[in-house]
Amino acid sequence: MTAAPAREHAIEARELTRRFGTFTAVDHITFDVGVGEVFGFLGANGAGKTTAIRILTGLLAPSSGSARVAGHDVYTESEWIKRRIGYMSQKFSLYEDLTVGENIRLYGGIYDLSREVVRERTTHMLSRLGLDAATRVQALPLGWRQKLAFSVALLHEPSIVFLDEPTSGVDPITRRQFWELIYEAAARGTTVFVTTHYMDEAEYCDRISIMVAGRIGALGAPAELKSQFDVGSIDELFVRLARPTAGAAG
Amino acid sequence: MNAVTVEALSKRFADVVALDAISLEIAPGELFGIIGPDGAGKTTLFRILVTLSVPDAGRATVLGRDVVTDLWELRRRVGYMPGRFSLYPDLSVEENLSFFASVFGATIEAQHDLIGPIYDQLAPFKDRRAGALSGGMKQKLALCCALVHRPEILFLDEPTTGVDAVSRRELWELLDRLRNTGLTIVVSTPYMDEADRCGRVALIQRGKLLGIDVPDRIAASFGRPLFAVRAAERYRLLIATREFANAATVFPFGDVLHYTDRRDGVPPERIARELREHLQARGFADAEVQETRPTIEDTFMARMGEPERAA
Repeated sequence: MTAAPAREHAIEARELTRRFGTFTAVDHITFDVGVGEVFGFLGANGAGKTTAIRILTGLLAPSSGSARVAGHDVYTESEWIKRRIGYMSQKFSLYEDLTVGENIRLYGGIYDLSREVVRERTTHMLSRLGLDAATRVQALPLGWRQKLAFSVALLHEPSIVFLDEPTSGVDPITRRQFWELIYEAAARGTTVFVTTHYMDEAEYCDRISIMVAGRIGALGAPAELKSQFDVGSIDELFVRLARPTAGAAG
Repeated sequence: MNAVTVEALSKRFADVVALDAISLEIAPGELFGIIGPDGAGKTTLFRILVTLSVPDAGRATVLGRDVVTDLWELRRRVGYMPGRFSLYPDLSVEENLSFFASVFGATIEAQHDLIGPIYDQLAPFKDRRAGALSGGMKQKLALCCALVHRPEILFLDEPTTGVDAVSRRELWELLDRLRNTGLTIVVSTPYMDEADRCGRVALIQRGKLLGIDVPDRIAASFGRPLFAVRAAERYRLLIATREFANAATVFPFGDVLHYTDRRDGVPPERIARELREHLQARGFADAEVQETRPTIEDTFMARMGEPERAA
């Protein structure tokens, strides 16, 4: 089920396609993400998720089709998109040699925030997370680093935040605390676009899509999809949809 | 003789205690899981067991041989698949495998009965550069390379991390098949739901063991009534459930919340009824509360106590 047409969309993708030579990584995908929605973007390795995310974050132009992110066109306004979105990934998010406070100031500078604004948001962020500005990021356990990285990605108050496997390897309690930060951001109206390999986390999303070989194989609220496909869990649905393509791409 | 014996093994890096007096035993032919998040000490333990690192204190034997003094013999007899992709990205699939075989004086053909079922899935890509394979295929190639000298014990460090749910399932099916050949397999994972694929598991967190047992008994050792709470508006439900005066723990868990009560000795039916009434009074007309079976992840969270604090 897609959102009602009257609803404001944070992301609108129409027949979005990206080819690399003869290989079609993203193959005519169409979907909307509503403002303030927690949208889970799932798929097997090599199904085209990373390519789609690179297009939606303004890093890669599509081959055909259209997409608007935070109201901006991915072909002509990618620089605007980069300013309006937040991004964090499991692989790189913070400078480990810098302190917590230095990382926040650096990001504030990149996004042209005034010193006063950075100071005010830093105070709020650190008290919410229970972190000390003088701590070197290197000294933080992974889960804390990821919670900080998420908060830093929200520093410039983006309308959409893209999270690429943000909880990979994080302990089970901290992983859940991370999801509470996601819920809080969504409750404030921030749209959250998230990928994960934890199938229980797919259940935490308002809606999910499952990419299969460049296309969207399923799209809807987890409960609707489970009844539509008559499966007990999203894990089961994922395996059913994504099975033996076993592609070597990507 | 045990396949692995670990006695009070400790290792520290600067001010981080990676392993804190760990002891465990693994029998020949077991599929043994080491379950824990990043930073638990899994990789440190594996590196010591495959002779790539030495402990600060304690001792360990693998196949009856000491991991510090008998390293040259052990290196021929163990197979190790590191967590990070460690093959040559510029060599093809076939070249990588031939290289690892030749280092040990083996040939791919002679090992076909062992690696064939895995290698056959890679065969269509044998001329592809290893660096250009998908995550799942890389793991299969790495597994072939770790098996090509016919080790007596196989150590796999997080073979399923960052791999999608389908490839993970396939990898566990391969491990099942390998175990049926009698091979001892020690595998680590941060995914708690994979514990059920192992014969026995050790839960590990911040260098300490939280328990060792068969998966079912670990789950059953949770020891308190556990409830699944369900309603349409999940985030509001989470907050409202935490506000129940008798709540001990409330965690999101798949499509429900898992709840424990702080009172001892109260019948589960009464807890469920009181919590349901609390939620209905908060406007959750659709709230359902049912007793549910704990999983390994519930036990892990209960035993890990407080999550890691920021330094």
